Amino acid sequence: MTSIPKPAPGAKKLGLVIDLDTCVGCQACAVSCKEWNTSGHMAPLTDLDPYGARPDGVWFNRIHSYEAGDGAAGRTVHFPRSCLHCEDAPCVTVCPTGASYKRAEDGIVLVDADLCIGCKLCSWACPYGAREYDEDAGVMKKCTLCIDRIYNETLGEEERVPACVSVCPTRARHFGDLGDPDSEVSQLVAERGGFELMPEQGCKPVNRYLPPRPRAAPPVPSPSPSQTAEAATPIANRLLAWADRVLSR
Amino acid sequence: MRPAFSVIFFTTASGAGCGLLIWLGLLAPAGLLPASLWFGGLTLALALALLTAGLLASTFHLGHPERAWRALGQWRSSWLSREGVAALATYPPALAFGSLWVLGGPRGPWTALCGALAAAGALGTVFCTGQIYASLRTIRQWHDSRVVPLYLLLALWSGAVLAAALAGLWGAARLPALLALVCGLGGLALKLSYWHAIDRAAPASTLESATGLGSWGKVRPLDPPHTEENYLLREMGYRIARKHAAKLRRLALALAFALPLALLAAGLAARLAFPALLAALAAAAGLLIERWLFFAEAKHVVTLYYRGN
Amino acid sequence: MHENSVDRGRTASESTDRIAYSTPTHDRVATTTCYMCACRCGIRVHLKDGRIRYIEGNPDHPVNRGVLCGKGSAGIMTQYSPARLANPLLRVGARGSGEFREISWAHALDLATSWLAEVRARDPRQFAFFSGRDQSQSLTGFWAAQFGTPNFAAHGGFCSVNLAAAGLYSVGGSFWEFGEPDWEHARLFLLWGVAEDHDSNPIKLGLSRLRERGARIIAINPVRTGYGAIADQWISLRPGTDGLFVFSLIHELLAADRIDLEFLATHANAHWLVIDAPGTAEHGLFLRDAAGNPLAWDRTAGLVPAGRPGISPVLAGTMSLPDGRGAHPVFHLLAERYLSPEYAPEAVAPRCGIDVGTIRRLAAELAAAAFADPLELPCPWTDTEGRRHATMLGRPVAMHAMRGIAAHANGFHTCRAIHLLQLLLGAVDRPGSWRYKSPYPRPIPPGPGPAGATVAPDTPIDGTLLGFPQGPEDLLVDGSGEALRIDKAFSWEAPLSLHGLLHMVLPNAAAGDPYRIDTLLLYMSNMAWNSAMNPAQNIEALTARDAHSGEYAIRRVIYADAYSSETVPYADLVLPDTTYLERFDCISLLDRPIGSAHGPADAIRQPVLQPNRNVRPFQDVLLELGARLGLPAFANTDGNPRYRDYADYMVNHERRPGQGPLAGWRGENGEQIGIGAPNQRQIARYIENGCFWQHELPPGQQYYKYANRDYLEGAVAMGLLDNAERIVLQLYAEPLQRLRLAAEGHGRRQPPARLRARVAKYCDPLPFWHPPLGAQEPQTFPLSAITQRPMPMYHSWGSQNAWLRQIIAANRLYMNRATAARLGLAEDDWVKVTSRSGELRCQLALMEGVNEATVWTWNAIGKRTGAWNLADDAPESTRGFLLNHVISAFLAPEGGHADSNSDPVTGQAAWFDLRVRVEKCSAEAAHTTPRFEPLPRPPGLAPPPAILRYNAKDAP
Ligand SMILES: Nc1nc2c(c(=O)[nH]1)N[C@H]1C(S)=C(S)[C@@H](COP(=O)(O)OP(=O)(O)OC[C@H]3O[C@@H](n4cnc5c(=O)[nH]c(N)nc54)[C@H](O)[C@@H]3O)O[C@H]1N2
Ligand SMILES: Nc1nc2c(c(=O)[nH]1)N[C@H]1C(S)=C(S)[C@@H](COP(=O)(O)OP(=O)(O)OC[C@H]3O[C@@H](n4cnc5c(=O)[nH]c(N)nc54)[C@H](O)[C@@H]3O)O[C@H]1N2
Ligand code: SF4
Ligand code: SF4
Ligand code: SF4
Ligand code: SF4
Ligand code: SF4
Ligand SMILES: [Mo]
Repeated sequence: MTSIPKPAPGAKKLGLVIDLDTCVGCQACAVSCKEWNTSGHMAPLTDLDPYGARPDGVWFNRIHSYEAGDGAAGRTVHFPRSCLHCEDAPCVTVCPTGASYKRAEDGIVLVDADLCIGCKLCSWACPYGAREYDEDAGVMKKCTLCIDRIYNETLGEEERVPACVSVCPTRARHFGDLGDPDSEVSQLVAERGGFELMPEQGCKPVNRYLPPRPRAAPPVPSPSPSQTAEAATPIANRLLAWADRVLSR
Repeated sequence: MRPAFSVIFFTTASGAGCGLLIWLGLLAPAGLLPASLWFGGLTLALALALLTAGLLASTFHLGHPERAWRALGQWRSSWLSREGVAALATYPPALAFGSLWVLGGPRGPWTALCGALAAAGALGTVFCTGQIYASLRTIRQWHDSRVVPLYLLLALWSGAVLAAALAGLWGAARLPALLALVCGLGGLALKLSYWHAIDRAAPASTLESATGLGSWGKVRPLDPPHTEENYLLREMGYRIARKHAAKLRRLALALAFALPLALLAAGLAARLAFPALLAALAAAAGLLIERWLFFAEAKHVVTLYYRGN
Repeated sequence: MHENSVDRGRTASESTDRIAYSTPTHDRVATTTCYMCACRCGIRVHLKDGRIRYIEGNPDHPVNRGVLCGKGSAGIMTQYSPARLANPLLRVGARGSGEFREISWAHALDLATSWLAEVRARDPRQFAFFSGRDQSQSLTGFWAAQFGTPNFAAHGGFCSVNLAAAGLYSVGGSFWEFGEPDWEHARLFLLWGVAEDHDSNPIKLGLSRLRERGARIIAINPVRTGYGAIADQWISLRPGTDGLFVFSLIHELLAADRIDLEFLATHANAHWLVIDAPGTAEHGLFLRDAAGNPLAWDRTAGLVPAGRPGISPVLAGTMSLPDGRGAHPVFHLLAERYLSPEYAPEAVAPRCGIDVGTIRRLAAELAAAAFADPLELPCPWTDTEGRRHATMLGRPVAMHAMRGIAAHANGFHTCRAIHLLQLLLGAVDRPGSWRYKSPYPRPIPPGPGPAGATVAPDTPIDGTLLGFPQGPEDLLVDGSGEALRIDKAFSWEAPLSLHGLLHMVLPNAAAGDPYRIDTLLLYMSNMAWNSAMNPAQNIEALTARDAHSGEYAIRRVIYADAYSSETVPYADLVLPDTTYLERFDCISLLDRPIGSAHGPADAIRQPVLQPNRNVRPFQDVLLELGARLGLPAFANTDGNPRYRDYADYMVNHERRPGQGPLAGWRGENGEQIGIGAPNQRQIARYIENGCFWQHELPPGQQYYKYANRDYLEGAVAMGLLDNAERIVLQLYAEPLQRLRLAAEGHGRRQPPARLRARVAKYCDPLPFWHPPLGAQEPQTFPLSAITQRPMPMYHSWGSQNAWLRQIIAANRLYMNRATAARLGLAEDDWVKVTSRSGELRCQLALMEGVNEATVWTWNAIGKRTGAWNLADDAPESTRGFLLNHVISAFLAPEGGHADSNSDPVTGQAAWFDLRVRVEKCSAEAAHTTPRFEPLPRPPGLAPPPAILRYNAKDAP
């Protein structure tokens, strides 16, 4: 149904929590997403002109980098961007065909490629640029939250997480039920002050981002070495002092 | 937003078609338009032709035109779906209206009923079209209370100009021309206030809110996710220079409003038919430009992630 | 962290029923080792219908513990790259024309054999064998020695030999490859000039661990990106000035007496006496007894062997020796030098572009972190003197450095300076500090000098070609002091060039300086492009012709590449290699293993897919060539090949009795480690274990390895070390003083006149700072220009990858916003970049996080038109560029002779000494320059597809 379903009582709100504090922008999550999904539920993730002048493919996860603040006081931030599986997903309500839908049981927002007519309206409605139009297939594609991994009974328990989460070398990506306040991800969001992107757009995204930790300030030991008495003493005396130092090895 | 010709043509053509159908369906039964079978046939044909051409254009704009019928499915939630339903719902009464006219002229009660229904359908279609854009929060230039009235007014205006042009051939341009003048002036005023508004309104979202990094200070893009252009930027990254836009706005004003209004007025004063025809042509050209600008000037929030503004 | 598998509730829409939730991910999973870069992560390749479904990290693997990086995840697209070479190629057109004819392997090997046999019989030196980021150097180096040529090296000489040499001559390990921070205990972490490094995933895992633990991370780097982005502090300094910065920190610590004297006297040579007899041949050498033991001054006993336990050595003061000469403890000399006002923060701050306060605060912070609140692990250990220690006292200050330090012509001394800083803090292989990766530490310096001084026709050279000079006698120079190797390694121009000078091979060979090369065998190194300090220079060398004979100056070039790189067209014979998923490889303890601080480890690659092309693993080819040439190690006496293939060699080759390429599962039934008879099931055992072997050291052996008896004895038992003696860390590097003495006219081996002053100056036994040799006046070239590794790209070979190139297919020059304003430049401007040796055009990008006196770009993105089977108008060649076009392998000529643009001690290529001027250029030049002649597609390669719908389900 392309109206947003009433989440069943106690239904899950599956999503990602992305830690901007540790992300170094290595692109592993973007590539492993592509790798998993090009043979997955939304297969293929077509690439146009892959070896030519305008290489352009379908990616469900794209990594930006930004500079926040000026000069040395500022910070460089790597910023992964994928579907946020919004609770009030406009990409779902604008869809004329029902191809774009949100699941009641876990909140995952999906596209049914067999129903999609490729009108692109959902991509206009999504503030986060998370809809990926496959010009070759003429249908809209998007992050599936790795639905064919997280529920895949042929995989071991610990493997049933999104590809981008299991691959991340800085452990900056977390997956879980954000509907359950006691889940690890919810706790993490609570501890670290996780936030929504563009709340003003009213989509109520499920995914959360963890802010860069405030910079650990250097402990200010006083006096700083060279201000100490020793520092004043001339080189010769310093050497004398050391000469008298009794050491045993 | 990328000004895709199919969509521009669709909205202007179906708008004009619907406008024309509204006037025909309401005025003819009231005896305010020529009762000639030829006039009725020609006008109805033109109205439906415009609507149909528009619908076809928008269908071929789809990735899967053969699945277009599916778009009717979600009328409960989707304005696009509703637009399709309304458009299709317009045909039966419109065709019935035509047949009844052939059988018994425009004035019969059933004809009037069908005319009213057709007009309602047409009005609804335009309303939905306006809503498709107005309901998109992601594009502040569209998410504006003036957008739906504008679509309606401009449809009525272009429809009235066409009606005047056609009625003129039967020497009855006066009433439609007068209505056109009213809608035209209204449309003009509304368009001006729309432009005034979108030029001043503050953007709802910024790169700071899009990244949540505002607390660190100004946020600037460093490297994009991919160095080459992608679908998002092609579809939503369209940018138009202020100067260029200003020129086109002036041209649109002149062609879509000033000139046709003048021509209609002149026609009324001189009791001539052909100025209305010229007015129709000018308005068509002008409205295409106006619609092109409606897209070209629309900025999607997602471009924040790529350009920072 | 995540929820373990969420179970699926009832489905809500008819669409969800169309989801195939539990499609099996494979018919077969094969483990092997990634080679999308040199980090050697363990991978699991999921295969379905004979195609790769996906590649994931091996969770059990010690290197990456299940994670991958962007490159590793893109392995599929390299495996199916349209740039893979398909057949052996024989050149038919002129060099560089790219005109080839496909030939059979039989033909190719006959040719190669005849060429090589001829040179070997005549003068083996005229055969040179150089490789790139070769992970089988223990084979390739051995092969060269067997051939009988000294002219072998891999990429190390232009990569990071400054770090290797500085480390191996100071602490017996090195930042590069042979060490890692103690991620679990460090409280303060200094990252010197690192973008991604080889240790890619371990560093990423480690950094996130530090963030989690709230340790403070400080990035010292002119640019703030990548790892530096997540640091707590960014110290932006001018390229090439780190040395000064470090000395000012040392100055502060000495001035405040915040140093670990105990440690210096126990584990380093701080107390060793240095002879003070200016003008004599012993000046500056260690005072030694008859047995050659260095001596120290004991408070009560006077002169005693420095290593004797229980002594109480004097660390400062001037001793007058019985023979009347003077002597100082090493620490005395050190303190004297670095306490001098020239290293005071006030003096260095302006040159580094760092403010005095920052230096003072950092010095204070280092001292606080090292000494303020002790970190003590309740972990008993025994030292080499048999003394038992109940706990391990930590120094939780860790450091890591890479090419930001290495790639400058003062990098050797700068890196030594950093090691000195670590030593003064007592922060070497202790809890929380920098630690050795097994099989390190090694004795200092590790081994014998380089072999290859004498060569004879058809005769192998015994010994290792890349050795460790202790002094003049170990150099490879002739009677007049001139170089014996084609790259002039181990000559007075670069005495400690432990890894050779790959960047000088082509120019020297073409110039016949010191002599001509007849046949050059290149292996996986893009020497005609991004591996060249200056591509045009190397291309010229490859195509230069002999004035008289008209033949190519380098008569024959054989090249083994797997892909259609920029270098392929310059070869006469191309030997197409397999991809990393199609062959056996061996990441060996004899080379650069995957060992960590936790213990020794090595790994293999196994063929996961069969090649669909007429290609052969280069190692197999090398072994067959060795046999055909009758090289003793590779041919039986009857002339037949000794090894079936590389897999056979990996198992059965013994470098020393019981010691071979692989350390795991040795001995008939696989119960021995390190040393043991070959085990025919060895490879099977590796495969069963995920293609790696690791020996986890017990906790008591994981720190203090230089003095840890149990560790050292264990290492000897495994064959990692020859003896279990304590390894004394060298603050003062005597081998350098020996070289200096020669330059001052002592000893029978002395540098040629033109080099004396240079050797005397740069071979300083204590580190010092000197401006890069190529330093130019700041007026003409005001900006430093450097490159960085882009995380999702691996040098030139990443661009053939359909996914990776979508991420970065073009590069721009990054400049500080303020600098741009000063120069009247704006974002996206097309600019002209001029250096003393060349000019290029590219597009500008502005940023905050770059030093105002520095510009930079991503490395190796620019591609030559036509290479890598990319379209002629690919962004890589229209909007991408290499900074290399304005770098030179030579310094500005002086008196007709141009020295190589390298570190004077190690020969390390000085990529980052580049200085440039940047000006706006006309916008109509909207493509990067220089542009080279487009390269044709080599025969056997199909035009690349216009659209890619990769899906393991569909047929290729
Ligand atoms: N993704 C990826 N990983 C790679 C490679 C790759 O191509 N791609 N290549 C591999 C290879 S061969 C190597 S050698 C390693 C190299 O590993 P790195 O040394 O990490 O690689 P570089 O990009 O050379 O990094 C040099 C860093 O030093 C900084 N720098 C430059 N000059 C100075 C200076 O004077 N002082 C200081 N403090 N910093 C300075 C630069 O800004 C840059 O951040 O990476 C390996 N890993
Ligand atoms: N400006 C600038 N230039 C630099 C550097 C820098 O920091 N700045 N870094 C320098 C450093 S440290 C390095 S290590 C070099 C790296 O430069 P290179 O060593 O040239 O690295 P690649 O470009 O990857 O080239 C390696 C070659 O090996 C081939 N190859 C890849 N896989 C295989 C295989 O499996 N078998 C065979 N036979 N061949 C294979 C590739 O096709 C490619 O032609 O670049 C150097 N150049
Ligand atoms: S994998 Fe992790 S570190 Fe790498 S870009 Fe993605 S989130 Fe960032
Ligand atoms: S992020 Fe975009 S695509 Fe995903 S649910 Fe929200 S609106 Fe829809
Ligand atoms: S493109 Fe497909 S999914 Fe998106 S709105 Fe149109 S029909 Fe729905
Ligand atoms: S959850 Fe799966 S589909 Fe979504 S971004 Fe991560 S890897 Fe891609
Ligand atoms: S760091 Fe990445 S590319 Fe390098 S070996 Fe590991 S996974 Fe492969
Ligand atoms: Mo390197």
